[in-house]
Amino acid sequence: MQLLFTILLDGLVYASYLFIVAAGLTIIFGVMKILNVAHGGFYAWGAYTAAYFIGAASEMGLPDWFAFLIIAGSALAVGIVLGLLIERIVLRRLYDHEEILIVLATFGVFLILEDLILLIFGVNPYFAYQPMVALGSVEMGGIFRDVYSLTLFGVALSVAAGSWWMLTRTRWGKLITAVIHDREMALIVGINVRRLFVVTFCAGAVLGALGGAYIAPTVSVAPGFAVDVIVLSFAVVVIGGMGSIPGALIGALLVGLLRALAVHKLPELELFVIFLVMSAVLIVRPEGLFAPAKARKI
Amino acid sequence: MQPNLLKLACVCGLAASTALNALPAAAKEEFKVGIVTFLSGPAAGPFGVPGHQGAELVIEAINAGALPAPYDTPGFAGARLAPVFVDEAGGNTKQVAEYRNLVQKQGVDAVIGYISSGSCLSVAPVAEELKTLTIIPVCGSPRLFEEGGKDYVFRTTGHAVGDGVAAALYVRDKFGDAPAYTGINQNYAWGQDSYKFFDLAMKTINPDTAASDNPQFPKLFAGQFGTEISTLSLDKAPLVHSSFWDGDMEAFVLQANVRGFFRQKTFISTLGASAVDRLGKGFPEGVVMGTRGEYGLLVRGLDTPLNRWFVDRYKEKYGEYPLGPSYQYAQSVLALKIAMDKAAEAAGGFPEQAQIIDALTGLEWDSFGGRVSMALGGGHQAVHPVGYGITGWNKETGEPEATGVVFYPADCIMPPEGQTGIEWLEAGMPGASC
Repeated sequence: MQLLFTILLDGLVYASYLFIVAAGLTIIFGVMKILNVAHGGFYAWGAYTAAYFIGAASEMGLPDWFAFLIIAGSALAVGIVLGLLIERIVLRRLYDHEEILIVLATFGVFLILEDLILLIFGVNPYFAYQPMVALGSVEMGGIFRDVYSLTLFGVALSVAAGSWWMLTRTRWGKLITAVIHDREMALIVGINVRRLFVVTFCAGAVLGALGGAYIAPTVSVAPGFAVDVIVLSFAVVVIGGMGSIPGALIGALLVGLLRALAVHKLPELELFVIFLVMSAVLIVRPEGLFAPAKARKI
Repeated sequence: MQPNLLKLACVCGLAASTALNALPAAAKEEFKVGIVTFLSGPAAGPFGVPGHQGAELVIEAINAGALPAPYDTPGFAGARLAPVFVDEAGGNTKQVAEYRNLVQKQGVDAVIGYISSGSCLSVAPVAEELKTLTIIPVCGSPRLFEEGGKDYVFRTTGHAVGDGVAAALYVRDKFGDAPAYTGINQNYAWGQDSYKFFDLAMKTINPDTAASDNPQFPKLFAGQFGTEISTLSLDKAPLVHSSFWDGDMEAFVLQANVRGFFRQKTFISTLGASAVDRLGKGFPEGVVMGTRGEYGLLVRGLDTPLNRWFVDRYKEKYGEYPLGPSYQYAQSVLALKIAMDKAAEAAGGFPEQAQIIDALTGLEWDSFGGRVSMALGGGHQAVHPVGYGITGWNKETGEPEATGVVFYPADCIMPPEGQTGIEWLEAGMPGASC
């Protein structure tokens, strides 16, 4: 029972992490049909910005809760600035080109973002563990857990609920749904698709940066640490169905729980489990578990 | 008549070239060496950059004749060493291409480098093919010389078998009554081999302790270890072995420390000492820490002229203490200087590569942290003592420290010539003198 509870909790924490980093990727794909490889760059920039300012705030003697404001501020600032710049400078010129060209362009952007990090922050790692230490630990199921990781649930749920509310309860959401459903028809009825693209890309970038900024206090923020995130979030998005927020949520839960089970009971499988799930889903449902239905054009 | 003249000219030419070959090469002003270390990626901060700094400091000092005696003669056999720094990041295929580029296009005379076992195992056959002197300062896989002798490749540091055996000996001496052990190591050759060597050594040295049936092997650069920390916490084994060595080590320490992991478990880290300095007071006390030899944190207070010079100059130039890789790269550069000077003396002029290789084979020298001997691998593989200590925080100096440091001599932690590490450990470490 204790083991089951631990596996469940470990799985949920990891699933929350996966969902936060995958949500931005799936939103951008759902609306813009762009597989954004630069997502890893947003994650890394979010992490570096948060780690840098959390370190600076700690040296200035600011209270620990201030770090949470820094995390939110870093995610917003990085997402909006980089999102706007990349959409305006790179993507806007490529919307009418083939998808593969756009993927290559975002890969190029990712490499530039990584090199800019080396140029600005150098190669030495940054640490921002103050908020994690400040929240301390709590005993659950016979072992200690850090409260900071448990707050990932809250962040993941907020992202999921916020996205759901935004897409189903607001005017913007309805416009986005229309674009997702049929971009040409949306243009014909007078929806400003280009403006929606800018908003969507920035929202996706903010989520990517939020993933990095929130994870920063738990890791060594070092060059290249975001490469893995692209692979992980891509796998989660493929499992859930590209462009589907509920799909990303289910995909993250599936991978998170199965990975936790593997680590506890069959550690040799841990490396493989995410791709095992992805392969199984692709065999049974090549479009992913929750891919949005596509209208057939005649 | 003409054919006879031609024959005579050929014979004279041949004789002249044979005579020239027998003479030492003319004095050289510059000796070009490729220095390969991680300059980007997660291994750059804790390993690559300290290695680069160690090499740079000692090269500059030797070129200027500023190293303490007996190494105070300027240059390498009188020549100035011109380093060409190359990034080790990017994978094994890229490293092989970079190596060929260094030798065939840039025309380096020798190469010093490689931290990752993957890199050194990939590059070594190419070094043999291109017949270029290559000195490996850090890479720890014993397979480098176990999979066949090498003519051009040398390694001036010990390998992972010594790290594992010394850890098991330290456990015997400090925690003799520990009932069981487990481990968390990265899921690739280095992590798997390191745990295997520790496990086999424990079975011989501490037969009363038992191995856990659930050691952890997370992916390299995974970054998130929450689930693994839970698994290790639920495991009854009080000892946890780890060969984590880069950003993974720092991330694990941050995540485990806040969960009180280091208060419940005795953590044995074979080479995570870079995290001790980087995390400062944030690094837990009571961790068993190794540096793979007489390097870094464990010899910081060693009061020899060479070590004092190295620690003081390094701190002055880079504003931090030299770490294990700083010592290891500096050691390789020093070995090259000693071999080149020795070869030049024997040759009576600037030595050829074959003469430098002869001088380096089986060389023994006093390095920055202690004495090193190229005793294995046909004189191409170094041996030296390997030690462990317990991490702590020195309130007086306001700096991290290691206490209870014990070094184990090379002849009790390394397999004898001609036997692989696994064979030696499985046979119960015959001949080990401790």
